[in-house]
Amino acid sequence: MGVFRGPHLLPFCVVKLTHLVSGFMSDKQAGQGANDRLHISPHFLRRREITNEVARYVLMAAAAVSVFVTIGIVYILLSESLVFFETVSVWEFVSTTSWTPLFAEPTFGIWPLLSGTLVVSGIALAVAVPAGLVLAVYLSEFAPANVRETIKPILELLEGVPTVVYGFFALLLVTPLLQIIFPQLPGFNMLAPGLVIGIMILPYITSLSEDAMRAVPNGMREGAYALGYSKYHTAVRVVVPAAISGITAACILAMSRAVGETMVVAIAAGQMPNFTFNPMEGAATITTFIVQVTLGDARHGSIAYQSIFAAGLVLFLLTLLFNLIGFFLRRRFRQAY
Amino acid sequence: MQSIADNVGGAISYASLARKNRSKDIAIASLGIFVLFIAIATLLALFIDLAITGYPRLADPEFYTSFPSRKPLQAGILSAWVGTIMVMVVTACLSVPLGVAAGLYLEEYASKNWFTDLIEINVSNLAGVPSIVYGLLALGLFIYTFGMSETVLVAGMVLALLILPIIIVSTRESIRSIPSELREAAYGLGATQWQTMALYIVPAAKPGIITGAIVGLSRAIGETAPIITIGALSFIAFLPESPISSDAPFINFGWLTSPFTVMPIQMFSWLSRPQADFHISAAAAGVVLIVMTLMMNALAIYIRYRARSR
Repeated sequence: MGVFRGPHLLPFCVVKLTHLVSGFMSDKQAGQGANDRLHISPHFLRRREITNEVARYVLMAAAAVSVFVTIGIVYILLSESLVFFETVSVWEFVSTTSWTPLFAEPTFGIWPLLSGTLVVSGIALAVAVPAGLVLAVYLSEFAPANVRETIKPILELLEGVPTVVYGFFALLLVTPLLQIIFPQLPGFNMLAPGLVIGIMILPYITSLSEDAMRAVPNGMREGAYALGYSKYHTAVRVVVPAAISGITAACILAMSRAVGETMVVAIAAGQMPNFTFNPMEGAATITTFIVQVTLGDARHGSIAYQSIFAAGLVLFLLTLLFNLIGFFLRRRFRQAY
Repeated sequence: MQSIADNVGGAISYASLARKNRSKDIAIASLGIFVLFIAIATLLALFIDLAITGYPRLADPEFYTSFPSRKPLQAGILSAWVGTIMVMVVTACLSVPLGVAAGLYLEEYASKNWFTDLIEINVSNLAGVPSIVYGLLALGLFIYTFGMSETVLVAGMVLALLILPIIIVSTRESIRSIPSELREAAYGLGATQWQTMALYIVPAAKPGIITGAIVGLSRAIGETAPIITIGALSFIAFLPESPISSDAPFINFGWLTSPFTVMPIQMFSWLSRPQADFHISAAAAGVVLIVMTLMMNALAIYIRYRARSR
């Protein structure tokens, strides 16, 4: 009962008890004036009730703000994209493989941006999912408690490093290192930012899937040990399958992060829309395109300006899909145990 | 007879099986330690590389007291760190009260119905919306619909919306961890719901709430994308008005509507220049930025640790 602080609670008890007793007595002895010292004014009780009700609605309004944020996002993205789709047909948007909004003869096919996004987040997940899961299994099933308690804050620090710093890392440290192995690698490529984003989302996958594995009841582990399972088999055949929906949710939520990551790619992948699945080339992603246009001076109402909202809408829908799947998987997992 | 022979053979293979299993245990544990080592080595490599690259500028006291400049070796971060602090003040003032109130409502007041479900799904989705989408929201809504310009206030508002889900979730978690006896004791003594919340639940949840707020702010401090999106990447060689004035009301809100730059934006703008000398300034700015976030995170970890050990 760490939160029960005696000296803090005591005055309240005394005051409250006095109030209750006084309320009771002053009813009985109304008009006698014997208990004036303990008498509690109805104004006080009324004010208390009003404060209570007002507070309730204020808090509710605060909770509703988050809904308005979503409505705002959807409204802005839809209304600005509608202007865009008046000029560019939806068919051109989803079927053309060239994205050159800033040219004199602009083309608007979303595929080059999608391919960049997919390659970068694919590399990131290829790094982060296996490494993150191994680390989560180690932390949840093998590591002694004191090791776990030291490691988790360090992972949190890794998560707290600003993305622009990771961008520096990708451009000026990882790319030169990779160029030693692949001499033909250009200065702007998708491989380096992909690897760096992988390291960036690793702590996220680890902490979410470790939470999921730790939530598996100990009885299941003990049952497995009783049947003669080794620690390894308990982890791989009992704990991981039992936590699989939580682990899947972790991977999907991490994917949503990788898809939405902006600065690392904007700094290290070159911002040139390029329809390719070759990680050795530079490319633009949906997010870096938005950065590129807002860095320049596309005017409000120009087609390039409107196109960032269409790109943003695609990004929002993609991450919304991942987030919803992740949300329901995690909820199902929580209900299971 | 056959079956006995089988059993004898079985016993022997059990022993070898146990050995094999033991080696698998060791293999996965060492794999885990290896990954951990890589992660920590990355963090160290990153920091050491930044510190070594940025050292010439970091060691120069004028780096902290001068404005950005076209000459790489005279460029400083004065307007950036002042801007960061101002934006963070706005963000904290908006997001902490809103987030705590929303978390309190969801955890203590909301009844289980479709509206609460909607808010819950919504908060968890907002936590995963890419930061650049918040930038688009601010660009479309604050800048073009409301006609505001790229000011400290707008940046603070965007970042506040961005970290709102983090604060809501951490508030809920810390309120959930309070034993219900505290609540019942207060109700039992005749306290109203609001009195219970304001006098007991929120104070008891304070360490968790503060931790969540600091973690949220340390995320906001490093956010670059939404601020670029509102169009705030410009050459700022002046400071916003001072919040304290020598004349009558002594407090001045002019800084809220002033153009600004922040640390990550300054770093990005140096990083995107071709001259290698600007990369030194970028590395130095990166070190300052990491030190800022690390200090905030360390503070959050310390508060949580102290609250837990009590």
